[in-house]
Amino acid sequence: MAKTVEGLYYSESHEWVKVDGNVAIVGITDFAQHAMGDLSYVDMPEVDDEVNAGDEFGAVESVKAASDLFSPVSGTVVEINEELEDAPELLNQDAFANWIMKVEMSDPSELENLMDAAAYEEMCANE
Amino acid sequence: MKYYDKLIFDLSKEGRQGYSLPSRKWESTLSDLPAGLLRSDEPSLPQVSELDVVRHYTNLSQMNFGVDSGFYPLGSCTMKYNPKINEEIAAHPGFAGLHPLQPESTVQGALWIYDHLAKALSAITGMAEFTLNPFAGAHGELTGLMVIRQYHMSRGDDKRTRIIVPDSAHGTNPASAAVCGLEIVQVKSKPNGLVDVEDLKPLLDDTIAGIMMTNPNTLGLFEKDIREIAALVHECGGLLYYDGANMNPLVGVVRPGDMGFDVLHLNLHKTFSTPHGGGGPGAGPVGVAAHLAKHLPVPKVVSDELGFYHIVDSEGEPCGRISGFMGNFGVLLRAYTYILMLGKQNVKMVGPLSVLGANYIKESLKDCFELPIPSVCKHEFVFDGLKDKSSGVTTLDVAKRLLDYGFHAPTIYFPLLFHQAIMIEPTETESKETLDGFIEIMRHIADEAASDPESLKTAPHTTPVRRLDETTAARQPVLRYRDMNQS
Repeated sequence: MAKTVEGLYYSESHEWVKVDGNVAIVGITDFAQHAMGDLSYVDMPEVDDEVNAGDEFGAVESVKAASDLFSPVSGTVVEINEELEDAPELLNQDAFANWIMKVEMSDPSELENLMDAAAYEEMCANE
Repeated sequence: MKYYDKLIFDLSKEGRQGYSLPSRKWESTLSDLPAGLLRSDEPSLPQVSELDVVRHYTNLSQMNFGVDSGFYPLGSCTMKYNPKINEEIAAHPGFAGLHPLQPESTVQGALWIYDHLAKALSAITGMAEFTLNPFAGAHGELTGLMVIRQYHMSRGDDKRTRIIVPDSAHGTNPASAAVCGLEIVQVKSKPNGLVDVEDLKPLLDDTIAGIMMTNPNTLGLFEKDIREIAALVHECGGLLYYDGANMNPLVGVVRPGDMGFDVLHLNLHKTFSTPHGGGGPGAGPVGVAAHLAKHLPVPKVVSDELGFYHIVDSEGEPCGRISGFMGNFGVLLRAYTYILMLGKQNVKMVGPLSVLGANYIKESLKDCFELPIPSVCKHEFVFDGLKDKSSGVTTLDVAKRLLDYGFHAPTIYFPLLFHQAIMIEPTETESKETLDGFIEIMRHIADEAASDPESLKTAPHTTPVRRLDETTAARQPVLRYRDMNQS
């Protein structure tokens, strides 16, 4: 059973968001890393890139598959987790402790479209 | 068979030579090169004798598995047997020695074959005209999409920049469309695995260039609503592209042209028994409906009123040029040989026999493996892992265990619609005895999953190399011999 963390926002495409003021910290869920298997590559955006809610911002690759990442919020990328460039396995080790990008949100009300931990768990149970 | 895993570099002995080139013959030419481009050291090539090379590659070839050594049920790939007469014809000096720049008058026979293969493919698919120039399936996809784009542009309809691709499509479809500068719009599948017509309708407007479909689709299911889909897409001004990856079950039974498709590509290495390349020469002929023939790429082969063939570089409103010459002629020859060897009557058996084989395996195994969509399949079908998943044995474990029993593994983890996908395609070239042997082993593996799951999780046991560490290989690839000792 994949774990979830209380207090985060979750997207249907298996990203999590932690809110820090006006900045959204974005990663993939434990369910997602488990479904992908051992990750071999994380394709990340660049700092200052604009992202839109629901649009692709990168991808994760494993020996089994490649999967696009979709941004849960709109805004500007202010930081990416460069550690993942050489160590994509960090996402397998702890998906919630290792974020992928930080976004300065242009419309924080978009968070209302996301799920809480309980709703996300229920969605995963039905997959 | 002895175990052999050396690299050619491991055999190298300082000073040993298999062949000697005249020394410094081109020195005067090389001196014209900029100094920065000249080597200061000798290249570090392996130094081996001819016998070293022959034994090395012969030993390596014996570690290989191919369709000539055993059953190869790789779904979505149509790994049918490649008849040896194909090779015999292609090796004929009159063909093998051709040069693409020979005068037309000296290659009339080759051009006749080009024309007649195109006509045979037209008869089988129901398309009006073909180009045989594309070098591979995905190259054919790009060519077909260029034809579609050229069609819209030539009518001044330049806002059609979006193309619809079902979520079950092969990854090459969106990739080819992106290379062609088109924006991809996804249409969903229904729970029964077929394109959702209701999801399609709202997507259709005057920005749609067309839809790319594979029929039967990647689940091996026939898109029953194809006539309605064709009518809807045509009504909005779009065209229908047929991905020929799964043409095999339709050969001799149904023609994409009759379903309403405007453009298609074929994979000669799938449906028409030419070798699967692994990056080697392929062929992805593209057929079009009559109203698109003028947009096929150049060069074209045309015949005059006396029956002489000519190669023309400008005719109609071509979508462009996608190859230097007329495709991989050696591959085209093999496909034409295959069609002639079968003849009109036997070509009609290809589709039905491939469908019969797939359904026979599916029905024989569905009590042991999870069959997510239980309808009659075409040439291939998908299981979603073992029926009983309590042992924790995955699709990967089943696939690895099959190797121990001398079978090539089926396609796994594709299509992405199911988490534990196992995709099986036997093709029409396998006997009932081979299918029965495969079924027996698959049932045995399902039993082992319950009684001895460890033997599956650590499989394969009898192959030259055991389970590979694919993750480390992907994360830290060692691509050069000189890097080996450092890793």
